[in-house]
Amino acid sequence: MGRAWKLGDGVSTDTIMPGRYNLTTDPEALARACLCEARPDFAVGVRPGDVLVAGRNFGCGSSREHAPLSIRASGVAAVVAASFSRIFARNAVNIGLPVIRCPEAAAAITDGDELSVDVERGLIHSGGRTFEGEAPSALALRIAQAGSLVELIRTQGWAAVEEMRA
Amino acid sequence: MGTLVEEIIGGRLGRTVTAGDTVVAPVDCAMAHDVTAPLAIEAFERMEMPLHDPEHVVLVFDHVMPAATVAAAELHQRVRRFAADHRVRNLFAEGICHIVMVEKGFARPGGIVVGADSHSTTYGALGCFSAGMGSTDVGVVLATGRTWFRVPETLRIELSGTLTAPLTAKDIALHVLGRIGADGADYLAVEWGGETVRAMSLDQRLTLANLSADMGGKAGLCEVDEVTLAAARPGEGTEVPRLRNPRYTEVLHIDVSALEPQVAVPPAADQVRGVTEMAGTRIDEVFIGSCTNGRLEDMEIVAAHLAGRQVHPQTRTVVVPASRRIYMEALRRGWIETIVEAGALVMNPGCGPCLGRQHGVVAAGERVVSTSNRNYPGRMGSPDAEIYLTSPAVAAASAVAGRIADPRRAH
Ligand code: SF4
Repeated sequence: MGRAWKLGDGVSTDTIMPGRYNLTTDPEALARACLCEARPDFAVGVRPGDVLVAGRNFGCGSSREHAPLSIRASGVAAVVAASFSRIFARNAVNIGLPVIRCPEAAAAITDGDELSVDVERGLIHSGGRTFEGEAPSALALRIAQAGSLVELIRTQGWAAVEEMRA
Repeated sequence: MGTLVEEIIGGRLGRTVTAGDTVVAPVDCAMAHDVTAPLAIEAFERMEMPLHDPEHVVLVFDHVMPAATVAAAELHQRVRRFAADHRVRNLFAEGICHIVMVEKGFARPGGIVVGADSHSTTYGALGCFSAGMGSTDVGVVLATGRTWFRVPETLRIELSGTLTAPLTAKDIALHVLGRIGADGADYLAVEWGGETVRAMSLDQRLTLANLSADMGGKAGLCEVDEVTLAAARPGEGTEVPRLRNPRYTEVLHIDVSALEPQVAVPPAADQVRGVTEMAGTRIDEVFIGSCTNGRLEDMEIVAAHLAGRQVHPQTRTVVVPASRRIYMEALRRGWIETIVEAGALVMNPGCGPCLGRQHGVVAAGERVVSTSNRNYPGRMGSPDAEIYLTSPAVAAASAVAGRIADPRRAH
């Protein structure tokens, strides 16, 4: 069980990790600056297992991987959103930060709600309800099982992706 | 049968591909810049493999160049060390990565390029497939020379009508952004075509492909013609991609002759209004430059507006040519002299104040007119500053007026 940190529509990677704070690759330093202007209470209050819940087009804008890295380093279990921007979703999956697209959960869950997620099946449990989000693609699952894209390709090569075609 | 992306990816793989297919494709060139390269290098090092091909790697110092802080200097140092260790020769500090990639011929018709920057869509104006990615993806490309793609569906934007000054490609792209929204092209390739595009210079086409990223597009592309081929030729073994009975997810028809100059108002680039509605808004700063509008034609427009005029005393005006080549040419033609004489500050080629780290960071309560592509809160400094995105013509007219101004009324 964790708590929801609720955000609105169109949260950009500039909002998640402002350009003035991402001149580092240190995950701890990035976690301290995560959402520092939009939700100054986040970095100090977040606990492992909490979940970010956001509206449409989460992670839009700059491709900076510092954004999903900072969220992962802050200990959240997953990001649930009505929709994700393409590059953010791909970056998150690549580094092992689960993302679940679920417009219903994004609309119903409010800030501070207790919730838990079943990443592999794309389910979100909160307030006695179960929301069915999008289950991860076969490739995303494969990457998650390996831990990251780097681990998957390093240990299994591109054949791991190629054989999933069709 | 194929859209431009299908033809390009299929051409490189030597077989037919269709939107929706997941493919592992060879990458002709991988780019990263001073902010994204360090993370890409870390991902590459975790791969524990040699660099696939140093000649296909391009590293550009542009986001904070020259370094403005010790932290930035240390990132630069790390990238330089990596380049030395792995014999990467394509190391540049002479302009914005997306401009350098085109000027130096790393992006070519029919090729596949990836960049650790969202605006890597820009080179699609040359008829290549080029997508922005994160550092991990690029790190894996550095080690293997390949990446995976889901071949995207295509949104075709068919433009008709004549674009007359002061209207530019920027106004068209902002107009489309306003119509379809910041996620209107999510996961799609945006293909720009029609008589208006055929009549456009490469500079203008690059702006269309650039802003495709801000519509959520995975790529932005233009068809290859004489204008393209005068600037770039296909690489060895690559053919010029041609449309073959393409099937589009959607086709948007736009007559550009009816447009007025556009302004994207905070807090997002898809909040677009006509300049008539916004004219008169008092402003504190003007930034002219970026990978969207720092090209030679943009410098010409700005110089033409500022000739014989002075920028408003309360409006600091920062002009940043996007590359050294553009800077030098603008110098030769006397445009830089005109711009400096008018009271504007001209900075060294690079991203300038676009991302809020240098060269014109803004305070709370201030308003900026910027020719860049992003106006999220905090993008250029304080989250309580307001950013208005416009064409260089609107920006130059506004710099003189000290307010958002309609360039059609300036003369
Ligand atoms: S000019 Fe701005 S948008 Fe373009 S690459 Fe630089 S920071 Fe990014």
